Amino acid sequence: MSGDSALERLKREGRIVVVGASLAGLRAAETMREKGFAGSLTMIGDEPYEPYDRPPLSKQVLLGKATADRTALPRRRDIDAKWRLGVPATGLDMTARRVKLADGDEVEYDRLLIATGVRARPWPNEEEAALEGVFTLRTRDDGAALERRLAAGPRRVLVIGAGFTGSEIASACRERDLPVTVAERGAGPLVGALGGVIGEVAAGMHRDNGVDLRTGVMVTGLEGDSSGQVRAAHLSDGSLVEADVVIVSLGAQRNTDWLAGSGLGAGPRGIACDAGCRAFNIWGIVTDDVFVAGDVARSPHALFGYQFLSLEHWGNAVAQAETAAHNMLSEGVDRRPHVWIPAFWSSQFGVNIKSVGVPSMGNEILITQGSRDERRFVGVYGYQGRVIGAVTFDQCRWLDFYEQQIEHTAPFPLPFTTVDRRSEGNKPLDADFPDPSVPTHGPTITLSGYSPADRQMTFTPAHN
Amino acid sequence: MRLVVDLNRCQGYAQCAFLAPDVFAMHGDESLLYNPQPDEEHRENVVRAVHACPVRAILLDAMNGSLSSAEARGER
Repeated sequence: MSGDSALERLKREGRIVVVGASLAGLRAAETMREKGFAGSLTMIGDEPYEPYDRPPLSKQVLLGKATADRTALPRRRDIDAKWRLGVPATGLDMTARRVKLADGDEVEYDRLLIATGVRARPWPNEEEAALEGVFTLRTRDDGAALERRLAAGPRRVLVIGAGFTGSEIASACRERDLPVTVAERGAGPLVGALGGVIGEVAAGMHRDNGVDLRTGVMVTGLEGDSSGQVRAAHLSDGSLVEADVVIVSLGAQRNTDWLAGSGLGAGPRGIACDAGCRAFNIWGIVTDDVFVAGDVARSPHALFGYQFLSLEHWGNAVAQAETAAHNMLSEGVDRRPHVWIPAFWSSQFGVNIKSVGVPSMGNEILITQGSRDERRFVGVYGYQGRVIGAVTFDQCRWLDFYEQQIEHTAPFPLPFTTVDRRSEGNKPLDADFPDPSVPTHGPTITLSGYSPADRQMTFTPAHN
Repeated sequence: MRLVVDLNRCQGYAQCAFLAPDVFAMHGDESLLYNPQPDEEHRENVVRAVHACPVRAILLDAMNGSLSSAEARGER
């Protein structure tokens, strides 16, 4: 009967379960209600808190300008949900359409959205990681504990890893006038995300602000005193850094462990899905009732060679959640693709860093405006003769323009001149990204398709 | 009162920092720092800031209050 299709029934009395009660989960739930979903909605979250915002944790919270327990996200509307907070999901039965919870309960669904995000990668040595004074920064509890420790005035802070989070932490420490050492395995800060040319600018920012920046070194071990308080770190160059606070800032791991054995295409790189946010099973066949959104998802993007992108970006979580929610309540041609242009920001040492596109896919960079010496510039990334990404340091109003160039697959180098072009912007430089086979801190964008570092295939050209 | 600023949209016009200086502050030339949960007494200024933002980057709570504890325990 056309008056009561399965879709209409789902909208009226269906059961939708969202696993992951953070930014993506909340925005998806709001979108579903906005689109008229009147059935039951269950929100499952492993933390005991309602959805909160994470970016302030490494910025205003560490600066003592906001408190970690007051970053709860504003609601766009009432979502009339049943909340299961503080209870992690532990398993998924796709045949019976049930989510298993840590407390033994099971929740049935007609449509499931997985938005379980990522967690901080812990220090690999468990004994050392358990020392008093060793932190990671991802959750509200992490932020609160670290702020308390910084406010108590440690003698020296050691940050391991100079990606965005590590650099923001170092910046906050310096603003609080705390001595800080940063140890980075790569050639400079931010090189995984933005390449060596920009990494050099970032290194200058660290050093000018009094950070003891050590690059090209690994921390080989942490040392505690008899009371179990961390005291020092050993570096691969033989040196020793005495620190009573150590922040492990080595990127993130995707929260997919609970899906092991479920038959879903989930692994360390996230959950593969189509551009409509429908998850793949392990055979690469798209499911029609399991959807994914946010940091844990990886989906193909037409603008970037259909490579599977997984983005640890705030804006991606919002946009992908909205698309997933729309598609969960649509069928066939009414579904729409998630083709958001990657964009992120960071704020460190008083400089606003923003980016669009996929800089790490580029191999050349052109400084189209401003100058690196002034730390006020636009860098445009080129890949095989087209514009693929852009980064700005204190020049954010240009980003819309470059976003359009990326969307239109504009040629690189750009054929037109721009205002504030300096001599260093006359020709492209090698963007100097690290060899992907050499480990460094993780970029916030991962090209999770075939990696040239995986030497598992041999290309044999055809001969006539 | 809860708010969040979409910093992908924010272009540093600083209108919010002029209108609600107790809640929003510029940090350097372009970066914005804000208090995500300001006290009720600032509401009038925050609402002005929301409307004055040229790129509409500030989202203010559409609901009053937060989850009740019963709701958080899954009892509804």
